[in-house]
Amino acid sequence: MTASAPMFEGWQGQNLDRILGLCRASVEDHTYPIVKKWRAAGGKVVGHFQVYFPEEIAHASGMLPVRIRGGQADGVEASQHFGSYLCSILKTSLDLALCKHIELDLFVTHPICDGARNLAGIWGRNFPYKAQVLHLPQNPNSKWAATFLRDEYARLTGDIEAAGGRRVTEQTLRNSIVVYNKSRRLMRDLYQIRRTRPWKLAADESLALVGMAGTLPREEFNLLLEAVLPMIEARPAREQDKMRVVFEGGFCEVPPFDLLQSVSRSCYVVDDDLFIGLRWLLGDVSIEGDPLANLAAAYIDDSSYSPVQHDNAKPKEKMLLKRVRASNAEAVILAAAKMCEPGLDEQVAYSKALDAANIPYFVSEFEENQTTFDDISIQMETFLENVMFS
Amino acid sequence: MAPTASPQHPPAPADPTIVGRGARESARLTRQWFSSLTEAARQDRGAAYVFVMGNMNEVLRTFDMPIVYPEITALQTAVRGTAEGYLRESEDYGYSPDICGYLKADVAMHLRGREHPMGLIPKPALVVTTNACNTYFKWAEAWERLYDVPIVTIDVPNERSAGTNSLPGDPMFRFEHGYVVGQVKELIAECERVTRKKFDIDRFRQHLQYANVMSRNWKKLLQLNEKTPAVFSALTDGLAYLGMANCYRATEEGAKYFEDLYEEMEFRSRNGIGAVTKKDGKDVQLEQRFRLGFLGVPCYPIFRGFNEFFSDWGGIFVISSYLKFASGGTSLGYEYDLNNPIESFAEGILLTVRATQTGLLFEMPEIESRLSAFKLDGIVYHGVKSCRTASSGLADRRFHTSALLGLPTLLLESDIVDPRAVSKAQMKNRADAFFEGLISRQQRGAAGR
Repeated sequence: MTASAPMFEGWQGQNLDRILGLCRASVEDHTYPIVKKWRAAGGKVVGHFQVYFPEEIAHASGMLPVRIRGGQADGVEASQHFGSYLCSILKTSLDLALCKHIELDLFVTHPICDGARNLAGIWGRNFPYKAQVLHLPQNPNSKWAATFLRDEYARLTGDIEAAGGRRVTEQTLRNSIVVYNKSRRLMRDLYQIRRTRPWKLAADESLALVGMAGTLPREEFNLLLEAVLPMIEARPAREQDKMRVVFEGGFCEVPPFDLLQSVSRSCYVVDDDLFIGLRWLLGDVSIEGDPLANLAAAYIDDSSYSPVQHDNAKPKEKMLLKRVRASNAEAVILAAAKMCEPGLDEQVAYSKALDAANIPYFVSEFEENQTTFDDISIQMETFLENVMFS
Repeated sequence: MAPTASPQHPPAPADPTIVGRGARESARLTRQWFSSLTEAARQDRGAAYVFVMGNMNEVLRTFDMPIVYPEITALQTAVRGTAEGYLRESEDYGYSPDICGYLKADVAMHLRGREHPMGLIPKPALVVTTNACNTYFKWAEAWERLYDVPIVTIDVPNERSAGTNSLPGDPMFRFEHGYVVGQVKELIAECERVTRKKFDIDRFRQHLQYANVMSRNWKKLLQLNEKTPAVFSALTDGLAYLGMANCYRATEEGAKYFEDLYEEMEFRSRNGIGAVTKKDGKDVQLEQRFRLGFLGVPCYPIFRGFNEFFSDWGGIFVISSYLKFASGGTSLGYEYDLNNPIESFAEGILLTVRATQTGLLFEMPEIESRLSAFKLDGIVYHGVKSCRTASSGLADRRFHTSALLGLPTLLLESDIVDPRAVSKAQMKNRADAFFEGLISRQQRGAAGR
C-alpha cells in the first residue's frame, strides 16, 4: 500500500521551530499515531528492531516498515517477561506492544546483541504474528557473506509477502531502492550541515527529523526533509564559541531528547551515531542487476560502523577517530545505554584509542526514559570547561 | 535405592572400580589439561583460543595447536573463589560492572601475564569465534587489541523463529550450509598461514572419528537420566562431563573418556545406582525425591552450595539446558561422514551450533514440553548478569511454560562468576519456598486431590 493521504499532517506551511516541535512530539509519542493511521487505512506493518533493517524490501511489498525503538513506558506489562540486567529498550518495546500501542503483522529482530536475539523467541510467544531474526552476517569479511545475505534477504522477502505484503518483484524493489537512496542522500545533507554549520541545527532537533524516518512512509519523509533542509540553511542562527564534540553511543537505545538538548546547550554535537541504522548505508545502492544482491553488497561493503558489528575492515576505534577528524571535533562524549553490553564493552576500546590520540572524552551512561539530567549536565559542563581551559 | 533387576537383566555384581570412574578420570584429565597449557606457556607456544559453542577442535587439532577455552579458565576463577580480584582489576582497567564477568575475569588474567589459579595460560596465536554469543566477538576483540592476534569467525545461521529450522535438502539449508562450508575453508587457510603447516585431511578424518564417538556416547548418556534413578546430577556431575566434552573434543582421550563414562553410567542405570555425592569422604547416593529440570547457567561462585539448595530437599537435576548448549550442541549426537569430511563437518557445525541457539533462544522441549521423557516435578530457571544469551528470555519462558505445563517453577537470579551479584540467603529462601510448594503438591497428589 502507498499512502493516498499524508500520515503526518499539520507541518506544511509552519515555521522551522514548529515543524521540529511536531516531529519531536511524533517521535516521542509511544502510541505510534502514524502507524495507527496507516493500519486504519488498511495498511500492513513490519516492525523491526535495531540497528539496521533493509526497509526497501518491506517498502517494495507495500508494507510500512516501522522502527521499534522503545519509549517512555512504565514497563509494568513487560515486567513479568524480563529479568534484571537488561537494557530498557528491550523491555519498553515489548511493553508498548503488549499494551497494544503498536500492532504489527511481522516482527524482525537482528543478532546485534544477546538480548536482542532473544526478542524473536519472546515476541513469538506473546503475539500471534511471526517474530524472527534476520540473520545479518556476523562474518562480513568472509567472501561468502554477500552471497549468503542475498539469499537471506530472499528468505525474508518470502516472509514479508506471507505477512500480507504484495509480491515483491525486481522492479518494485528497484523503485523502493530509488526512494531510499534519496532518503539517505537527504540525511547525509542534514549531517553535512551539522558538521559544517552546527549552530543551524542542534542534536536533539536532528534526532527529531531523522527519527521520523522510523515510522513515516519514506516518500513522505523525503518530502518533509526536502522542505526542511532549505529552512535549516536559511535559519538565522549565529555561530557561538562552543566546543565541537562527537556523541557516540546512541546506535540502538537513544537518549531522551531533553538530555540531548541539555548537551547541546554546552557544545555543538557535530556528529553522532543516533539512529545510525536509518543511515547505515553510506552511498546509493545500485539499481542495475539483482537488487537483492545490491542491497546485500551495500550492507557488507558500503556501510557505517557500530559496536554491534565485528568487521575486520572497520575496526571501531579507527572508525570513531575517522568520524572525529571528518567532523573537526575536539572531544567525544562516549555514552552507552545502561546495561548495553556492546556499548559498555566498546567504551573501553574507544577510551584507550582516544587516549592514544590525545583526544579528550567524557564517559557516561543514559537510559531512554530518564527524566533528570542535572548531574550529567554539570559533569559535562565541567568536562568542557576543563578541555577549553587546559 | 534397590537395584532394578529383572529376569532378562540380572544385576551384575557391584564393581567398585567402575562406579565413580568418570568422576576420577575427569579430575585427572582436567589437571592434565591445565598442566599442558602451563607447559605450552612456558615453551612460549601460541594457542588457539576458542569458545564452547563452535570450538572447531576437529580442525584445530590437525594443526597441533594447544587449545584454550577462556570460558572454562574464567569459570575456574569463580569456582576457586578468586574471581572477585580479577573482576575488580578489569573494572579498574575500564570495564563496566554490568558486562559479562567471564570476559572481565579473563582480561584481568591477561593483564596479570596470564597467571591463573590452575597454572599459566599460553598466549593466543589465533582466535576462533562463532556467533553463538555476541560477547564472543567483544572478547575476541579484547585479545586482538592486547596481542594483535588474528580472529577467524565462523558465522552459523541460527533458527530464525520458533519451529522453523531448515533441514538438509531444503533450499534454505543449502544456502546456509554453503556459507558455513566457505567459512570452514577460510579457517583452514588461516590455520595453515598461522602454523605454517599444511592441512592433513587424513588427520582431520581421525579427529572427526574421535568426535563421533564422543557425540554418540554423550547423547546416549543424557538419555539415561530419563529413567529413575537419575545416574548423574545434570548440574554438578554434568560440569565435569562438559569439561571433557570441550577440553578433549575430537581427541583419543576424549573418545575413550566418553566410551568409559557411558559404560559406567549404563551399568549404574541397569543396577539402580543413582547419582552420588561425597559425604565424609565416601560416595553416597543422593536422595531423589524430586526430578528437576534446569534452564540457564550454574552459579559458580557458590557452585556446591547452589546445588545444596536443591539436594538438601531431595531435588536432583536430571536434565539441564547447560549440558546441551555448553557442549556446543554435540549432545545432538551428530556424526560426521568421514567420506565427505569438510562438507560433513560444516553440516555438523550448522546443526549443532544452531541447536545450542534453539535451546537458548526459543525452546527446550526436553524440559519445557508435556512430552518430555524426563518426568519432571519442577523446573528451575537461573538467570545471570553475565550471560544475556542464556538469561534474557528466561522470565518469559517461565511465564509461558508454567501456564502450559502446570508445573511448579522457580526463577532465580545471580551470576556465573561475580560473587557480588550472588545473594545466597535470598536464593535459599526462594528455593525453600519452591520445595514447600512441591511437597504440598506431592501430598495433594497422594491424597488424590
